[in-house]
Amino acid sequence: MMPPIEHVLVLALMLFCIGAVGVLVRRNIIFILLSLEFMMNACAMVFIAAGAKWGQPDGQIMFMLILAIAASEVAVALGIVIQMARRFRTLDVDAVSELRE
Amino acid sequence: MSEVLWLVPTIPLLGSIILLCTEGRLPKLAVAVVGSGSVGLAAICALFVGMNVIGTGDWYYAETLWTWMAVGDFNPSITLYLDGLSLVMTGVITGVGFLIHLYATGYMWEEEGYSRFFAYMNLFVFAMLMLVLGDNLLTLFLGWEGVGLCSYLLIGFFHSDPENGYAARKAFVVTRVGDTLMALGLFLLFRELGTLEIQAALDGATTAWPDGSGINTAICLLLLGGAVGKSAQVPLQTWLPDAMAGPTPVSALIHAATMVTAGVYLIARMQDMFMLPGPAMHWVAFVGLVTLFISAFTALVQTDIKRILAFSTMSQIGYMFLALGVGAWSAGIFHLMTHAFFKALLFLASGSVILALHHEQDIFKMGGLWNKLKIPFASMLIGSLALAALPGTSGFFSKDAILLTAYQETSYGLLFWVGAASAAFMTSLYTTRMILITFFGEVKTEPHDHSKINMWGPLLVLCALSIGGGWLGFMVLASYMGDGGVPLEFHADAIALLTVGVPMIGILLGYLIWGNQAIPVDKLAASSVGQRVQRFFHGGWGFDWIYDRVIVNPFVRLAQVNKSDFVDLMFTSIASLTAGIHRIVKRTQTGELRWYATNMVVGLLLVVLIVIVQA
Repeated sequence: MMPPIEHVLVLALMLFCIGAVGVLVRRNIIFILLSLEFMMNACAMVFIAAGAKWGQPDGQIMFMLILAIAASEVAVALGIVIQMARRFRTLDVDAVSELRE
Repeated sequence: MSEVLWLVPTIPLLGSIILLCTEGRLPKLAVAVVGSGSVGLAAICALFVGMNVIGTGDWYYAETLWTWMAVGDFNPSITLYLDGLSLVMTGVITGVGFLIHLYATGYMWEEEGYSRFFAYMNLFVFAMLMLVLGDNLLTLFLGWEGVGLCSYLLIGFFHSDPENGYAARKAFVVTRVGDTLMALGLFLLFRELGTLEIQAALDGATTAWPDGSGINTAICLLLLGGAVGKSAQVPLQTWLPDAMAGPTPVSALIHAATMVTAGVYLIARMQDMFMLPGPAMHWVAFVGLVTLFISAFTALVQTDIKRILAFSTMSQIGYMFLALGVGAWSAGIFHLMTHAFFKALLFLASGSVILALHHEQDIFKMGGLWNKLKIPFASMLIGSLALAALPGTSGFFSKDAILLTAYQETSYGLLFWVGAASAAFMTSLYTTRMILITFFGEVKTEPHDHSKINMWGPLLVLCALSIGGGWLGFMVLASYMGDGGVPLEFHADAIALLTVGVPMIGILLGYLIWGNQAIPVDKLAASSVGQRVQRFFHGGWGFDWIYDRVIVNPFVRLAQVNKSDFVDLMFTSIASLTAGIHRIVKRTQTGELRWYATNMVVGLLLVVLIVIVQA
């Protein structure tokens, strides 16, 4: 039995907002990455729900795509995190603001 | 053998080039030989050519050297043109010029920049010769500007004193006003007649506008403007008294004998155009009359001996303008020549006095010099007698001729005569004052005279010319000037007798005031009205005062306002606006990740909001 689509959309919106606020307020880069995952999965959930609503397979295909993007993004991001930890000895993004005017 | 005419201007030019290129490394004696010798050689050449041209009985001799430039129909050539008028001028420039150069070899001996001095002086002689020998107005203008440059360089010769630099700049700028007018006159002449060759232009003018026209009058008045600037006539006369900052030989050569008479030469050269019907001649005469009157009064109250002579020069050139304005061309040029003799003599003699008194120029600090500086005293006396136009001296013949011709002028004759005669009276008065205060009375400064033959020799020659120059004038001018020369005849009517008598009354009155003090003028001078009149005269009738307030000060204030270039404000404001925006925008580039993220979120929310509102 499929829950009503409004419920799913509200849940996705809440997840997305939690992720966005996390990106804005956390200073630890690992938590920022986590928050990004929240946001992406919120988007993916909307695709699934929409696909189910109209009985189309596209939603699930998009979910797979987002999953792949998230995995590759994490691979790159973790590389950056390791570099950051090595060079700056910190995970605080505010401390890493060399690239400015 | 007139072909050597080209040597006349070339030799001084060579002398100048030699002195300029050696940059003062030549020994002083060599500099003296090159400096004065080049002008002497030019004088000999000029004499030679002059005798030759007169001997052949021709009216003129022209020698084309090369084509200066060729632009379409306009191809002025460098052509030297010698006729009666330019022969007189050439004779004065090289002859008197040589005597002054010779004198200067002694006068300047102790000064810094001996070589530089003679380089400028020779360059001046070259430029002046180009001015009078050029057969087209372009060559004339070249020489005209050349003498202006040399005048500037030599007024500011003692450049360590900023005052002298100021005087030099003033002379340059004031004469520039006249030069601009003259250039406009030349442009107009070229547009109307299509030529700048003097003879062709005169012929063209007399055939194109036989009854006179506005254009002709305009050209004449513009040329008169140039002449007024160069010859220090009202209203552009203010630079000449300050030009006395230069060394005394410079004052003698440039600011008395030759350059300042260039205006007289220009008008005499263009006489055919001035004689066409129109008001131009009256303008010339009135400029001369006003100047000779004003400066004669100013000379009376000066205390600096060179300034007395400067105002006297302005006054005498005023006589020449008056003569030109009433059509007495020969008399005007005659006075130019005799004035060159006696004014050069006066300046050189005053130079000797100044040198003997260790550069003291105030006549009230002199006195009792007559038996200590015998040759300068005798020279000064003879020069003064010629200046005051005592019968028998050269100045008498020329000034008498001017006054009598002025009286015969049909419309304003009596006015011209009264003005000129009263100025002649003032002339003899201030000359007497200068002589009596400088050379008589008690000794105030002890003189030390070291002058050698190269200084007193020229004085003696100029003395002879000042006395006998009148006869020379009759010989040369009588037959070789266009209008038949100056008539050598005397009428016994009242005007003629008065003309002769006025200077003598002036001398007598001068003796009574400053000689035996029979007439006490001290009380009059000390009264408040007397003081004020004296100050007014001393300041040259307030011309400097007016020019400072009307032109100089507003201009300086405008320059101060415009120091930051308010025209450029338009462009600089664009630049500073861009820079300001840049300063604001670059604040956003903080390098902080979360700041960027916040901006993105805010931007996204805005987009969403817009989409929702639109829908």
